[in-house]
Amino acid sequence: MSKITIPLGPQHPALKEPASFKITLNGEEIYSMDMRLGYNHRGIEKACEERTYIQGLYLIERICGICSHSHSTAYIQALEELAGLQVPKRGLYIRTLIAELERIHSHLLWLGVAAHEVGFDTLLMYAWRDRELVMDHLAEIGGNRVNYAVNTLGGVRRDLTPAEIAHILKDVDTLEERTKYYAQVATEESTLIARLSKIGYLSKTDAELLGAVGPTARACSVDRDIRRDDPYAAYGDVQFKVCVDDHCDVYGRVLVRVGELMESYSIIRQLLKNLPDGPIAVKAPRRIPAGEAISRYEAPRGEDCHYVKANGTDKPERVKIRAPTLANWRAVRKMIEGNYLADAPIIIAAIDPCFSCTDRAIELVRPAGAATLTWGALRQHGIDWYRKQGLDFADLNKKLATQLGRVK
Amino acid sequence: MALFNIFIFPGILFLVVAGLWFEFVDRRMYARMQHRQGPPWFQPLADFIKLIAKETIIPENANRRLFVSMPVVALTATISAFFYIPLWSTHALYSFQGDSIVVMYLLTLPTLTFFLAGWYSTSLYSTIGAVRSLTQFFAYEIPLFMAVLAPAMLANDWSLAGIATYFTAHPLLALLNVPALGVALVTLLGKLERVPFDIPEAETEVVAGAFTEYTGRHLALFRLAIDIEVIVAGSLLVAMFLPFGLALPAWLGFLVYLLKITFVVAVIAILRSIMARLRIEQMVNFCWKILAPVALAQLLLNLVVKGFLHS
Repeated sequence: MSKITIPLGPQHPALKEPASFKITLNGEEIYSMDMRLGYNHRGIEKACEERTYIQGLYLIERICGICSHSHSTAYIQALEELAGLQVPKRGLYIRTLIAELERIHSHLLWLGVAAHEVGFDTLLMYAWRDRELVMDHLAEIGGNRVNYAVNTLGGVRRDLTPAEIAHILKDVDTLEERTKYYAQVATEESTLIARLSKIGYLSKTDAELLGAVGPTARACSVDRDIRRDDPYAAYGDVQFKVCVDDHCDVYGRVLVRVGELMESYSIIRQLLKNLPDGPIAVKAPRRIPAGEAISRYEAPRGEDCHYVKANGTDKPERVKIRAPTLANWRAVRKMIEGNYLADAPIIIAAIDPCFSCTDRAIELVRPAGAATLTWGALRQHGIDWYRKQGLDFADLNKKLATQLGRVK
Repeated sequence: MALFNIFIFPGILFLVVAGLWFEFVDRRMYARMQHRQGPPWFQPLADFIKLIAKETIIPENANRRLFVSMPVVALTATISAFFYIPLWSTHALYSFQGDSIVVMYLLTLPTLTFFLAGWYSTSLYSTIGAVRSLTQFFAYEIPLFMAVLAPAMLANDWSLAGIATYFTAHPLLALLNVPALGVALVTLLGKLERVPFDIPEAETEVVAGAFTEYTGRHLALFRLAIDIEVIVAGSLLVAMFLPFGLALPAWLGFLVYLLKITFVVAVIAILRSIMARLRIEQMVNFCWKILAPVALAQLLLNLVVKGFLHS
């Protein structure tokens, strides 16, 4: 059978956001894959340079619809380092609590999506039902289900009441119970195991060479977690285990994420038990002294890096974001080769991709005759092109202006 | 009277109503098992009316005549098969020696129409879905045939009405066919393309498989054909494997028949809510390595028992 290329995306039921995967098939087996990303590029890094630090914070929070707190924390940590701010303990604890609640909602969401990709819709419905518990708490604390806006320069904006704490502890128990059940389903349901194990294989060497991060890397027995290796916020004060698995396949990635859920519950309990009293934020200056800082953060999908260069004004000179999905894309290409077409969606989904976090403007390998235009040249090109088609917008505008003038 | 039987009851109108009703039962049970509310009872009918009213788009490169006729063929084949199946008595509307083979044959037609429909849509997803349909067809059809024909062999009769009569006279012998019933129920999932065997129309891989390019009334007819196929295939299984209560008064027999169909639909709904979709090669392996030997063993058993009974 000759090789055929089928497109997965930019619009496809398996993808939650647009991205284009061109899959070359040899029968049902995947021979190679080509990716085209960038459909979601929004120019956030550039937009941050035009805004004050505090305005930029809310923009940064909107990089991702799931790990919004991750990005805003990573960004604010860099700023606090530059400004030399000491965040009060209680602020750090609340920040960490939100981070772990976010990890729970992200992993439960992923579990559902992964189940849907292999046609196991019952697990999707169950996981997403339980995710609502966490979403309710996030909404209760921050006022929003996704962009909680809890962070601010020098601390957090929302405090916890004893009633909220009791409520969270109660639901964490429920969630732990349910997660144990999912762990049981994942390790016992034979069709699920048949679909997940031995696909999307990535060896430890490859994971390290291709720079995979987060659960994707940890499922290939790469023992790496920023929370433990470079503790930030309140992670230095809590005890937790880094979940590592040696299956190196999609099944291993499920086990790592379910394991991390269990660890998150334990972290939340410790945080709430030892929650210190005191203020939740310190007063922060509007201007940040000149300098540059890098901040690392263990987002649900892996290591998130933010770089900020300040020049002494109230706006950053440069912001650079490396979302975890970007680090994992190269590993996907390696994982997907040699698998069946039926497994392509779950292998792509197994890194828990977040396209909009990652997408950036890139210059493609140029085909012959292509040129890079400046904004002005592109505008002129457009005007000329339409003029050649017999449409002159300059004339139309003039006409419109005269007509409007007449009406007036 | 014959026309009434064919068009109204227990013919086409009854089939359409039952098909839509049991689609609702299936969807509702599936939803409740997933902790969802599920659709209201008229949802399948509403979907059908909506689809009929929608614009029809036929791909430019598609073979127009085949594209349009395939849903009709699928619908006709399933409805024709229904007339030979005894429902709540030992009599079918029409019956002759060998009609069990004809019914099985008519029930393979929908799958072939899925293949042709997908293949002549000429879109990539349709083509892959069509090829998968056919691959799957070769995997489940043999075990299904063997399982369904096992009771016929035991009854020493090739007409469905004759088989029903035989098992009504010897009800205990019907219990012998339980393994074949299991095989038939599992392969039915393949025939109806339900999870875990919904590989040809796996949404996350090939969009809607063979039906990707179908819209409007053609899609509506296909969906109706599949709904009716559930009833017809269910009735066939029920007539073959659960021939109980056929001697009851007609109204009571009818209720028992509906209960039996509900049982089949419930089994389908439960199986598809507790499993993940298999890959095509896993499905073929499963059918040939597990289902086919079980069905063969059933045939062997029935041959031996038959030898004892008739000696």
